[in-house]
Amino acid sequence: MTVVNSTPAIESRQLNIYYGKFHAVRDVNLSIERNKITAMIGPSGCGKSTVLRCFNRMNDLIPIARTEGEVLFNGQNIYADTVDPVQVRRHVGMVFQKPNPFPKSIYENIAWGAKINGFVGNMDELVEESLRDAALWDEVKDKLHQSALGLSGGQQQRLCIARTIAVKPDIILMDEPCSALDPIATLKIEDLMRELVENYTIIIVTHNMQQAARVSDYTAFFMVDDSRTGHLMEFGPTKELFTKPKHKQTEDYITGRFG
Amino acid sequence: MSSTTQTIVAARTFGSEQVSNLRRRHAYGRVFEALGLAAIMIGLLFLVVLLFDVIVDGLPWLRPQLFTEFPSRFAERSGMRSALQGTFWMMLITAAIAFPLGVSAAIYLEEYISRDHWYARIIEINISNLAGVPSIIYGLLGLGLFVRYMGLGRSLLAGALTMALLVLPIIIVAAREALRAVPSSQRQAAYALGATRWQVTRDHVLPSAMSGILTGVILALSRAIGETAPLITIGALTYIAFDLRSPLDIFTVMPIQIFNWISLPQREFSALAAAGIVVLMVVLLTMNSLAIIMRQRMRKQW
Repeated sequence: MTVVNSTPAIESRQLNIYYGKFHAVRDVNLSIERNKITAMIGPSGCGKSTVLRCFNRMNDLIPIARTEGEVLFNGQNIYADTVDPVQVRRHVGMVFQKPNPFPKSIYENIAWGAKINGFVGNMDELVEESLRDAALWDEVKDKLHQSALGLSGGQQQRLCIARTIAVKPDIILMDEPCSALDPIATLKIEDLMRELVENYTIIIVTHNMQQAARVSDYTAFFMVDDSRTGHLMEFGPTKELFTKPKHKQTEDYITGRFG
Repeated sequence: MSSTTQTIVAARTFGSEQVSNLRRRHAYGRVFEALGLAAIMIGLLFLVVLLFDVIVDGLPWLRPQLFTEFPSRFAERSGMRSALQGTFWMMLITAAIAFPLGVSAAIYLEEYISRDHWYARIIEINISNLAGVPSIIYGLLGLGLFVRYMGLGRSLLAGALTMALLVLPIIIVAAREALRAVPSSQRQAAYALGATRWQVTRDHVLPSAMSGILTGVILALSRAIGETAPLITIGALTYIAFDLRSPLDIFTVMPIQIFNWISLPQREFSALAAAGIVVLMVVLLTMNSLAIIMRQRMRKQW
């Protein structure tokens, strides 16, 4: 494992996740560095999305999901009894696989999250700032009060990013954010991620290894064992992991030899 | 191309055995299509005959007095003023009671407890059963609970409460369906911004489901508007010759008035009943069209 200098943005310790009786993920120890992009890659069913959803307790919404171990955010275990998952999600935002703007205006899409979290400043400014940060302002500034569903897929996804950063989280989780987008829209999102990482910590799950190699600073490679339980195989700086992987499986996967 | 040339060409290309087989398969298809059409026609035919018959009988009696006059011993002086008032106010009170109750119950069942939870299942089965309970049973319940025990008497309020119980299961089922149709990605998006369950429900799930919920409510109410049995059971009167002034007044409704007129021996009264049926039907069709328009709107939104 890599030695991380500053305190990690978020860190999992002996994380085990179950869906009912099914042991989905086993013993994940993962330390995410601040203001870096960490990519999680691995074959389907290896539990990378499941782990991602543990970082903001979205798994709590699945009734049969059960988590053991710790996830430390600013030194606090977010799975402690005293922690309200609602609070966690306010600090750890999420962008989903399929763009899912609310069926409301562009403006309302951004403003809602801030409003429910008790934002009292100038809402117009916040909306503009968030849209600028998400590299979307110039494209939508004249139609802020039109439906968000009228935007293209790529624009919708950037709107979802803008919506997420409007509540000023510390960490942004991205669950295959480009898998529903064309290559040009994908590239825009990747550029955006490189800009956002100045101010945020980003964790991205991706099936696209080129994407992981292009955008991420660190890469976590997950594997699945014979009993279909996922686990963290290898974790390190992206360059190292892609050029000299320590495990045979990692090498097989990133070179495309793995089925 | 004629079908013979078609067959010849097809036979040359694909082989004759397969072609004759295909012809048989198409024939089966056409037989089923004809059966389906016939089935629809039987239903439609009866509806048309019924409508035609009622309109022919009732048309001469569809006059202003039908709406402005109270019932009377004399057909020419009879109207359904009190029945119209009764129906209007009863629907309003029924909706005011059943809508918030039904929608809250549906929200609880859909959004607050897991669908797989054992007691969610028990409730679900029971609600479906309640939706199928004969309406007269609700009448008996209303008689025992509202009229006698709560001492509301044979009042409009007792009738409306009974009707509210009757339509409640229908509204719950419809509202649950509407809530379930809201994509879960919407909920996830809202939760991921740090929203509480209630904020997610209030600002996203409910607005998205609202047109579907309203459609269900209107359909439920249009069932209630034609119900007679539970109201007769609780003792709604057939002869009311004054305006409704309070929810505790005795009352009558359109189907009861119609039923009463039909049971009278004079021929004029059956014609008057036909006119009443036409009015009731127009109200019903209006409500159903409203429901369809709302459903259409909901589709557009997504």
